[in-house]
Amino acid sequence: MSPKTLYDKIWDAHVAHEADDGTCLLYIDRHLVHEVTSPQAFEGLRMAGRSVRAPDKTIAVPDHNVPTTPGREDPKNMTEDSAIQVAALDKNAKDFGIHYYPVSDVRQGIVHIVGPEQGWTLPGMTVVCGDSHTATHGAFGALAHGIGTSEVEHVLATQTLIQRKGKNMKVEITGKLSPGVTAKDITLSVIGKTGTAGGTGYVIEYCGEAIRDLSMEGRMTVCNMAIEGGARAGLIAPDEKTFEYVKGRPHAPKAAQWEAALAWWKTLFSDEDAHWDKVVTIKGEDIAPVVTWGTSPEDVLPITAEVPSADSFDGGKVGAAQRSLDYMGLTPGQKLSDIEIDTVFIGSCTNGRIEDLRAAAEILKGKKIAVKRAMVVPGSGLVRAQAEEEGLADIFKEAGFEWRLAGCSMCLAMNPDQLAPGERCAATSNRNFEGRQGRGGRTHLMSPAMAAAAAITGKLTDVREMM
Amino acid sequence: MDKFEKLTGIAAPMPLVNIDTDMIIPKQFLKTIKRSGLGVNLFDEMRYDDNGNEIPDFVLNKSQYRDAEILVAGENFGCGSSREHAPWALKDFGIKSVISTSFADIFYNNCFKNGILPIVLPKEAVDVLMKDAEKGSNARMTVDLENQTVTSSDGESFSFELDSFKKHCLMNGLDDIGLTMEKATAIEALKLRQHRRAPGCDPLRL
Repeated sequence: MSPKTLYDKIWDAHVAHEADDGTCLLYIDRHLVHEVTSPQAFEGLRMAGRSVRAPDKTIAVPDHNVPTTPGREDPKNMTEDSAIQVAALDKNAKDFGIHYYPVSDVRQGIVHIVGPEQGWTLPGMTVVCGDSHTATHGAFGALAHGIGTSEVEHVLATQTLIQRKGKNMKVEITGKLSPGVTAKDITLSVIGKTGTAGGTGYVIEYCGEAIRDLSMEGRMTVCNMAIEGGARAGLIAPDEKTFEYVKGRPHAPKAAQWEAALAWWKTLFSDEDAHWDKVVTIKGEDIAPVVTWGTSPEDVLPITAEVPSADSFDGGKVGAAQRSLDYMGLTPGQKLSDIEIDTVFIGSCTNGRIEDLRAAAEILKGKKIAVKRAMVVPGSGLVRAQAEEEGLADIFKEAGFEWRLAGCSMCLAMNPDQLAPGERCAATSNRNFEGRQGRGGRTHLMSPAMAAAAAITGKLTDVREMM
Repeated sequence: MDKFEKLTGIAAPMPLVNIDTDMIIPKQFLKTIKRSGLGVNLFDEMRYDDNGNEIPDFVLNKSQYRDAEILVAGENFGCGSSREHAPWALKDFGIKSVISTSFADIFYNNCFKNGILPIVLPKEAVDVLMKDAEKGSNARMTVDLENQTVTSSDGESFSFELDSFKKHCLMNGLDDIGLTMEKATAIEALKLRQHRRAPGCDPLRL
């Protein structure tokens, strides 16, 4: 048998049909659904008189536009258009008999945090969702990627997706990370090196000692941003850490079924001689705490660097770089660590897990914020409860942070959590596009520890100085 | 879905690289439960000022491009969010084809589900077409799906690649779901194979 990558193995196990031209019908094990990209898909099913083919494999949770303030169980406390989408999801989940975590349920949260937390996401699976950050689930060695609403409808109706196989890309992070450097710095540094289109057409497998050393939370952060590097999916081979995380979760296999699953999962790794279409290697020691300065996630620099000039970019990118500098209100040559911050946002499917809150709280302990506002939005109700139990919530509140309910919140600002024009934010989320966190808002992406450091000093700060 | 065969129309130039789906349709317009009506908010934050007035410099606000049916864009068009609202907004505005050196994967797929043809061409070809588009409404480009060519207003022609299944569906306006449902036996067989491999991972409704 010819050697295979992890991606090849999962792919081959899920091809239900392959046409002569290579177009495949891929079987889907888990379909995650949220309120914003699904209403038109369910409407399509109704109009065609179709049902959901596998309701047991379909899990819905409202997250994108729900308020993160108390009282949100009452639709009157939502904006009218949000309430309409949430009510539509309530109804669709009930009518079609799919698993559902409403806003009133403590298990509600960001779909990419709820899936792993509840044991829906398991190694070797295919996982899709109408959201590009579905790549997150790749941390478990699952082939997971975002799909459009027409594809959501297709998966609901057929439990399959029409796909062509992507190419294999290996991103290896060798050696150890230095103190103060986190999973977020890894994933941003990779995008800084390969660009936002560097992974287009590929599935990335992240490997190497620095990746193996990461916790499951850290691995989810790395895979989450595969899409910002252009790859639909990122993968990490499952290992003992993965099995340990999964074991005992509500929807993970139990007893004899656990053993059978484990036997299969242990075959899920890239064979030694497997073919890679592209390989990128970065030394763990070379990665510094980084921030973004521009309006593309590839605009990444170490916190010790200076704002670049537009002329320093290649031909086609000069215009985009100048546009970024103008939008962000930055001057070339200015030290990144001199940039003053108005707001700090800690949360999102990239960095809204318990480990992220611990990392931020560690820096914030006993300190006060020096920014206009700061908020923590836990990734799920269960993360929130755990953080309260561990005393993290008190640290945040005493420092001056708002302690919110779970949701996507200011990562994409579809709910009332938004930046004002010109407001500058240190954010642990995943996109710094123009207007992403609110029209005219200025976003700098970074790790939770770096965001906490910025909250204390009021400007972008090298967290290593506070350790 | 509408069939796509041959299109001759005005092309609007958007040379900016990395035009993301947040630019194409900002999130405040995702709170709809319909597919239609998004054209008026296409490129909203580039197209209108804070008071909702048109920004005259923006390409689609210029009189010669108001009826554009083709976009010629910088590399990595459609990156970012998976929102299908992006092709819905383009379609609702009247854009039927986008030409670039590269597209983000999810956006590229989403286009075909909505009768929009994304065309990938080498940089030299896109440069020629960008110049052609800058001529305004007198320059009409032709996109011929059957022959897989784009022809500039000067008659310069470029061939593009496209996978045959996507071409077939677009030319015939086919609904994927119906086609897939014809393969029910193969899907059922795969489901059972999955179940046997790891039964606890695959809650079958028996």
